[in-house]
Amino acid sequence: MSDFAAAVNAQRAYLLRIARLQLPERERAEDVVQETILAALESQDSYAGKSSVKSWLTGILKHKIIDAIRRSAREPAVPAMGGEGDIDDLDVFFSEHDHDHWESKPADWRNPERDLEQKQFMDMIDFCLERLPPNTARVFMLHEVMGLESDEICKELQITATHLWVILYRARMLLRKCLEQNWFARAETAG
Amino acid sequence: MRKLTCKEASRLISQAQDRKLTLAQRAALRLHLSLCEACTRFGAHLNTLRSAMRKYRE
Repeated sequence: MSDFAAAVNAQRAYLLRIARLQLPERERAEDVVQETILAALESQDSYAGKSSVKSWLTGILKHKIIDAIRRSAREPAVPAMGGEGDIDDLDVFFSEHDHDHWESKPADWRNPERDLEQKQFMDMIDFCLERLPPNTARVFMLHEVMGLESDEICKELQITATHLWVILYRARMLLRKCLEQNWFARAETAG
Repeated sequence: MRKLTCKEASRLISQAQDRKLTLAQRAALRLHLSLCEACTRFGAHLNTLRSAMRKYRE
């Protein structure tokens, strides 16, 4: 195997993690990752080396996932986007008496730049992503990791911009809380 | 200009990452943040989250 092929194959688990958040059926996610790796190996010449192999593969995966979403939109088996567009479930983050204040005040994360350098922190991000409601994770990843523009997401998933903002807000609220509880709180007790 | 609740402020802080807020929204948010440490931290946390997701794909 060439160095390039080895570098591409080394990202298989990462690609599968992302694909599974988008496509809940394991087989479909695996197919998309296969297609991505094949496409990458065929278009080695187009890899300019400006970005990391991982980042370049993420871009190819994005297109494969959009194709898969389009294909599945024509089949009735797609999970509907409904249910996660409601904002009331986020009320638990705010005081019961009035919504003026946070139920628990966001903590001081001190020097998060240092945390971002740690592999365990990135593992914690995976842990928290997997605990998001499925459509929330899907939209958040399309937007933040695959870099799909808001209007493209609205078009592909047939949701309104307002709905999109609510979903992204939910994703950030839940991820922030998860990181605070499982990472930053722990760092604090460890001193 | 009406005073924002933390709930409203947190929604605007999130939306500011996705769209340009209106002038009135930005002014109301700035005022809220100047007085509210909790929402200021929330905003910083969302910036950290965004950097983390950028790093996630690198």
